[in-house]
Amino acid sequence: MLVAVLCLGVLSAYAFLYPQYSNDVLPFYMLRPMHVSAALFWIIGGAVSCILVFRRQVFPPGNFSPRAERSFILLWVTTIGVIFGAYAMRKFGGREYWAFPPWLSLPLLAAWGCLMWAYFAGWRRRERKDTPLYVWMWTTGIVAFLATFLEQNLYHIPWFRDSFLRELTVQWKSNGSMVGAWNQMIYGTSLFLMVRISGNEKIAQSRSAFFFYFLGLTNLMFNWGHHIYNLPTNSWIRHISYAISMTEWLILVNIIQGFKAKLAQDRKLRHLLSYRFLMASEYWVLLNLVLALFMSIPAINRYTHGTHITVAHAMGTTIGINTMILLACFGYFLRIDDLKAQGRKRVMKGFTIAQVSLVVFWFSLIAAGLLKAWRETGLGMTSFDEIMQPVRIILQVFAVAGIGLLIGLTMVVRVYWRAIGKMPKEMDYNMQGRHESRQRRGTKAFAEQVMNEEAER
Amino acid sequence: MLIFVTHLPTGADFLWRDSDPMRLVLLLLCISCAAYTVFVYTRGDAGGDKIPSPSARAGMDVWQAKNCQSCHQLYGLGGYMGPDLTNVASKGDAYMRAFLEHGTSRMPNFHLSDTEVAQLTSFLQWVNQSGKSKVPADAVDWTGSYSIKP
Repeated sequence: MLVAVLCLGVLSAYAFLYPQYSNDVLPFYMLRPMHVSAALFWIIGGAVSCILVFRRQVFPPGNFSPRAERSFILLWVTTIGVIFGAYAMRKFGGREYWAFPPWLSLPLLAAWGCLMWAYFAGWRRRERKDTPLYVWMWTTGIVAFLATFLEQNLYHIPWFRDSFLRELTVQWKSNGSMVGAWNQMIYGTSLFLMVRISGNEKIAQSRSAFFFYFLGLTNLMFNWGHHIYNLPTNSWIRHISYAISMTEWLILVNIIQGFKAKLAQDRKLRHLLSYRFLMASEYWVLLNLVLALFMSIPAINRYTHGTHITVAHAMGTTIGINTMILLACFGYFLRIDDLKAQGRKRVMKGFTIAQVSLVVFWFSLIAAGLLKAWRETGLGMTSFDEIMQPVRIILQVFAVAGIGLLIGLTMVVRVYWRAIGKMPKEMDYNMQGRHESRQRRGTKAFAEQVMNEEAER
Repeated sequence: MLIFVTHLPTGADFLWRDSDPMRLVLLLLCISCAAYTVFVYTRGDAGGDKIPSPSARAGMDVWQAKNCQSCHQLYGLGGYMGPDLTNVASKGDAYMRAFLEHGTSRMPNFHLSDTEVAQLTSFLQWVNQSGKSKVPADAVDWTGSYSIKP
């Protein structure tokens, strides 16, 4: 799915720049929803896969409802196939993120129901005392996704469609919160991985970790309004969202404060490929958080809204943060650190190409956005073609960087794909739910053993 | 539905069972979010019941069915391939019709029927009256926020 996202992204970029060559075959209005939906399915599907695998190491052994799990996979994958078929036939629902015909929400909803059934079968058996934070985050993410998905579909009730402004408000309210929902799932898996790699369970039980969980949850619930600052809604929606979003400065301060400790840990664990991906995601969190904080100030948003800076934020978070965390998690349970030197080298090369490309990609989008904002809002230019003329030159750099990203991440995916075949059948993370080394992996002794093995290698 | 029936008692029990501060905060947050959501649904629209005319409403359906927001924006929301169309109606009906009926070098011709073109122009006229694509500089106050009077 990741490779599909990247291919569609590159095609969309070129369809955007040179529509005269693509409008007859693959027009941008068809490629964009394909790319966006594929990205969402990669992120949500990836996060759910990690949770379904990792929960077997966290929840006590027993029945994990494999039938519900299989039903989820079957329904989810089949519906994605039908959605792409609908896009290919140019059938749309006309909504951001979920642009497919509305009836396809039903099988997706049924799939999510199966997932919840399977997940809660394990969750109910958890040890109630000292439940680690990542379990709370997974649960929050799964429940919040259901709530936001239902909210996203409220427009089927005529009262919501009676007012276009209400429909747009609800659409972006649910979209904004849904991003928070999948972030809970992904950051939860990232935290789980960090605990397993470092062998320090306290990371997931500290008071500050729980404080930031609640801060994240508050933002999930109330900080969606920055999407619709320009919408002529009542002003209190704007003011509340602005006030809530400013609490994210606390997260920024916390990241900066913990940076020294992170660097020390980085020196110890940087030989682990999964950890490299995880660290890369942390740098991208920092960059995107700074960008998000500025974009959340309405006076600045007035310039950035409707420019490529918004795209930079969306791409920076989905590729730089979400994809890097997912690749770290997949790498962990595919044991890429146990691969031969050649495979590891290929992953490292792909990782480096992807990071360099992403830096160019991200900054070129910001440059394009700044230029558009300056010409449109600063200089007050009104002709769209005139505004976009110099912007398109910068976007050519962005499109080339997109090819770099495709090459880099495909190299990583190729090694991962081959590693699936080499996966030992009876590992602790397999789908049969065996737990032979479950307790050992979380210990400091285990982390030291891994490091010693790496040093010997 | 079945999930709610089977898991709701566990969920309720989980939230109410003891006075763990974490559960209490979670419960308070959920209640606040639910209350805020109802408030947004019923009071968020600054203009009250702004129901577009039947023609504008049909235009809204055409807008969504043709996935116009993939390339264009309304109130700054949507794709960046083409211009923001919030106030395009201020340029006149003929201007809009020229694009809708023939497309451009960058925009494909969607072969819209006369009715669809009329509905879309009606919808865009309504959008033009409802708001602005850009926030004027003097609307920003000392807090860094602003108010938009529709």
